Amino acid sequence: MTSLRTLTLAEMRDGLKAKKFSSVELAAAHLDAIEKANPEMNAFITITRDKALAMAKTSDEKIAKGEGGAIEGVPIGVKDLFATRDVLTTAASHILDGFKPPYESTITQKLWNAGGVMLGKLNLDEFAMGSANITSYYGTVKSPWKKDGKALVPGGSSGGSAAAVAADLCPMALGTDTGGSIRQPASFCGIVGIKPTYGRCSRFGTVAFASSLDQAGPITRNVRDAAISLSVMCGHDAKDSTSVKMDVPDFEKLLTGNIKGLRVGIPKEYRPGGINPEIAQMWDRGIQLMKEAGAEVIDISLPHTSYALATYYVIAPAECSSNLARYDGVKFGLRVLPEGGGLTDMYEMTRAAGFGNEVKRRIMIGTYVLSAGYYDAYYKKAQRVRWLIANDFTEAFKKVDVILTPTAPSAAFGFDYKPTNPVEMYLNDVFTVPTSLAGLPGISIPGALNKDGLPLGLQLIGKAFDEAAVLNAAYALEQAIGFNAKPMEKAA
Amino acid sequence: MALTKQEVTKIARLARIRVTDEEKDHYAKEISGILQWIEQLQEVKTDGVPQMVSVADIRLPWREDKVTDGNQQEAVVKNAPQSDYGCFVVPKVIE
Repeated sequence: MTSLRTLTLAEMRDGLKAKKFSSVELAAAHLDAIEKANPEMNAFITITRDKALAMAKTSDEKIAKGEGGAIEGVPIGVKDLFATRDVLTTAASHILDGFKPPYESTITQKLWNAGGVMLGKLNLDEFAMGSANITSYYGTVKSPWKKDGKALVPGGSSGGSAAAVAADLCPMALGTDTGGSIRQPASFCGIVGIKPTYGRCSRFGTVAFASSLDQAGPITRNVRDAAISLSVMCGHDAKDSTSVKMDVPDFEKLLTGNIKGLRVGIPKEYRPGGINPEIAQMWDRGIQLMKEAGAEVIDISLPHTSYALATYYVIAPAECSSNLARYDGVKFGLRVLPEGGGLTDMYEMTRAAGFGNEVKRRIMIGTYVLSAGYYDAYYKKAQRVRWLIANDFTEAFKKVDVILTPTAPSAAFGFDYKPTNPVEMYLNDVFTVPTSLAGLPGISIPGALNKDGLPLGLQLIGKAFDEAAVLNAAYALEQAIGFNAKPMEKAA
Repeated sequence: MALTKQEVTKIARLARIRVTDEEKDHYAKEISGILQWIEQLQEVKTDGVPQMVSVADIRLPWREDKVTDGNQQEAVVKNAPQSDYGCFVVPKVIE
């Protein structure tokens, strides 16, 4: 039943409460569509049909009694980077073969407490390292969008999440964002994705990539659904020492759509000489629409922007090389022990077989920049440049309330795209990485279709812990843009 | 900064990742390219600039030093590739 799946999360929530349909019906409609679409799309690594139907039944019982949480009975997809109790959790890596966590991540627990129903675990780039969802051990994910009938990447690393939401296989999916992994796939798939301020969402139970950057966030089809989901996900957690003690607003209630007098910064460094003209045009239209809605547009400068990617590719690999040291063939996952081999053989063979190329390369770069003799030149230097990048934002936010930029430098590309070197692929995150380094909230919303009929995203960046302003500005812009394009080939 | 094959061998050893001779050449080339690109950071003047360790403007929280969890031996070893008597089993380390 297609109509149930095209509802927004808010409409599902309200319809469930009004008993227009049941949570079991809703879950079943999604599960049927997922099972049909997945062999081709590969968005899900694990489909949890029995668990979903059991959770939905419990939700229906609660709703019947007039009880239930903020999203009672709403089906949700979970990026397979979140630990889910007794459900296979892979991080899309061979090295986590068979891992069924005996605990639940804080973020997923919060969603279940609020009444969410788990449909399954979504594909991603291995350990969230990638921008096209082509590094997964479980295979590439195909975007529901196509170019001249040709398959496209969904972006990454939350590629399965973005593809599933865009194809109406779930109204909301969990993503994580380290350098753009929520916003860039949302941009590629024509949907909404928000990365909150670092510290808003607990990292407990999320497979760690780069701990000073990783943040969870929702991927949805509109801004209201993102606001609803984010309110459920945020909040202090004693199990994450960087989680902040701060009240979580009801973000949905703060969506007024009124941005009169809002000061919107336009950073000149995000318009380099070689900028894609379609991206520039979409950005200009966004600026114009914000003006028309009463916002004050102000030119700003973020002078260290061009150094953000190089900074990120020191800091993120450094942190990943430490975090991924735990995969050693002893405590969980894959073990490769050659006949007669010793402990070191086991470590080295397990990690050689268990990690994919992108992950190995990042671990080795991280190991190198942290090694004796290079630590000062690379790692310390990058941390200092990171401070300068963050300071650029601090200075800019003295003059503006939000910053408007494109999300990604291009539309989604095909699987035949072969970068000549890894850096070329890293450039996908050129507009999202600075926000991550500064720990600020950023949202991507669909801005326009390009000449090939593919979505392009606009990014709004806010002050630390001012997700409310980011969401409201995005909400106003979403209304003004009126983007309602759907992928050409929908899941049946 | 170009990495030599010996340096790749050393890094791979530190990272506990077994690499073949062929892979060493490949990684030397690829990682050198990335490091050359990262070199651009040297242009940035950072005298007197603090090192940013975390964006979280908070001091690590303190808590009372008491046990809040435990008796989870079964859960702890449940996912181990090999365990016996509630312990992780690894190849013999000491002769």
